Amino acid sequence: MSINYQYLEALRDEIRLLTLKELYHLGFGHYGGSLSIIEALAVLYGEVMKVDPKNPEWDDRDYFILSKGHGGPSYYATLSLKGFFPEEIIYTLNQNGTTLPSHPDRNLTPGVDMTTGSLGQGISAAVGVALSHKLSNKKNFTYCIVGDGELNEGQCWEAFQFAAHHKLNRLFVLVDDNKKQLDGLTKDIIDPLDLGVKLGSFGFYTLKVDGSSLTQIYEAIENGKEQIDKPVAIILDTVKGQGVPYLEEKADNHHIRPNQADKAAILATITQLEKKLGKKVTL
Amino acid sequence: MIQTPSRSYEPDKLEMRQVYANTILELALNNPNVVALEADLMSAISTNKITKHIPKQMINCGIMEANMMGIAAGLALTGKIPYVHTFAQFATRRAFDQLFVSGAYAKLNIKILGSDSGITAEHNGGTHMAFEDLGLVRLIPNAHVFEVSDATMLGYLLRKIEKEYGIHYIRTIRKHAIQIYDQNEVFESGKGKVLREGGDVTIIASGIMVAESLRAAELLQDLGIQATVIDMYSIKPIDKALIVQYAEKTKAVVTVENHNVIGGLGSAVAEVLSEYCPTLMRRIGVKEQFGQVGKVDYLKGFYKLTAKDIVDVVRELL
Repeated sequence: MSINYQYLEALRDEIRLLTLKELYHLGFGHYGGSLSIIEALAVLYGEVMKVDPKNPEWDDRDYFILSKGHGGPSYYATLSLKGFFPEEIIYTLNQNGTTLPSHPDRNLTPGVDMTTGSLGQGISAAVGVALSHKLSNKKNFTYCIVGDGELNEGQCWEAFQFAAHHKLNRLFVLVDDNKKQLDGLTKDIIDPLDLGVKLGSFGFYTLKVDGSSLTQIYEAIENGKEQIDKPVAIILDTVKGQGVPYLEEKADNHHIRPNQADKAAILATITQLEKKLGKKVTL
Repeated sequence: MIQTPSRSYEPDKLEMRQVYANTILELALNNPNVVALEADLMSAISTNKITKHIPKQMINCGIMEANMMGIAAGLALTGKIPYVHTFAQFATRRAFDQLFVSGAYAKLNIKILGSDSGITAEHNGGTHMAFEDLGLVRLIPNAHVFEVSDATMLGYLLRKIEKEYGIHYIRTIRKHAIQIYDQNEVFESGKGKVLREGGDVTIIASGIMVAESLRAAELLQDLGIQATVIDMYSIKPIDKALIVQYAEKTKAVVTVENHNVIGGLGSAVAEVLSEYCPTLMRRIGVKEQFGQVGKVDYLKGFYKLTAKDIVDVVRELL
């Protein structure tokens, strides 16, 4: 099946642009881990997932749960670009009374399937959704992004055991392997060892791809759909701050309150993306 | 005026766990959306006897209570009605953040049975003896919290909450309760049951302490003290009007619970009285102590939960 990568590339750039504008407007936020999942979000919402922005609660939709809830900003940018809510809402992120809190809330934001933010919990809910559809003989797919740091949480490994035991082949776990967590490198805090090997030994069909490659992410998902008795794990080899070279290099890039130098670099990327997308430069 | 009963204090015909298993089977057969979850305690709660009849609606999650609560959330997201059972301390202490965030904060529809309440954990001892579960769940906004006193009540409430959306927590013992109610009794949320009336003191109890309080009322009557006994099975919402009504009708209020006096029934009643009807009161329950191994009778004595302890507190108070 041939897909329109030009469209996906443009969507990826649009998501990155809107995410940066959203966080820049707020003045602080989870830049690093929002940026590293953008390619995955572009593939899921741009090509793979069956969703209907006019009917977010559609029973036959595919479900998406952002277990690493702090990636909310790029998730919101994606949902807005997909048409779940107007772009101006994006600039209310974390403002008093907003419908876009730091961490996703299914009761506040159209298109958000599950409330997440307490790490390790979204994956269990995703497994529950996949189980529910299997029990009802339904064909919905469930996609869940977990963070590599989040895998410190024991609950993730409970959920993985459960998913494999119940042969939830329509569950896709995408691991945002950006090598960092809040306090530093994952290998210095809790060495994740080889996540592919670990998930494989937990009973997953496991693939490892370049998490900045739309093609590789898409092909891995298509490949995973051939599974009939195993859940699928796709390890996304990503970089925290992905797509913004200055932020990729920045050491502490989990949560950033940009200084003058940071601001200049972020604005430069915003301008660059606006020009690339043929937009009027706004900031 | 309810006549002073001459109670026999006979146990229910069925154990509470048999009531749970039978009712889950009935609900699941009638509603394909009902799914029961367990964490490797099926044989402890007798659901192992029903699983063959409802293989797709009876899921043993293994020993992973946190994940089980999340699975329940995922099932609820897709319109299922999960009934989650484990021992009370695992359902609350161990999986509290999952219950709080994935369940309650996400506004999902989850039913929880916490079994082996307080001293009825007996030989499992202090690690398994929850004296704080009611306090924990009472802190969850909009959660419904019940402690059941007999088999009729448990069956009724399990059926009732199937039709009501939200987080419902039911605290129970596993084995035989003392029969309190006729099988046709109905139980509303946010209401208490007046089991006997007396003008001197109001004893408000829940769970296994209801029968103990009825015994205490009989002992008090022999001493010329007339006690009202209320089964306050709905800990949250709580029957504010009934508490105030009887606080005004009697001279003092005593709460009795198989739970820490902080957080559970005693706290809930004290909150009502201090705000709406300041009244002389005492809370009988576990005070600044952990659980331990022992038979129920021994533990009742140790934690001062016997009918005689209730009598002593009432006499001191009046």
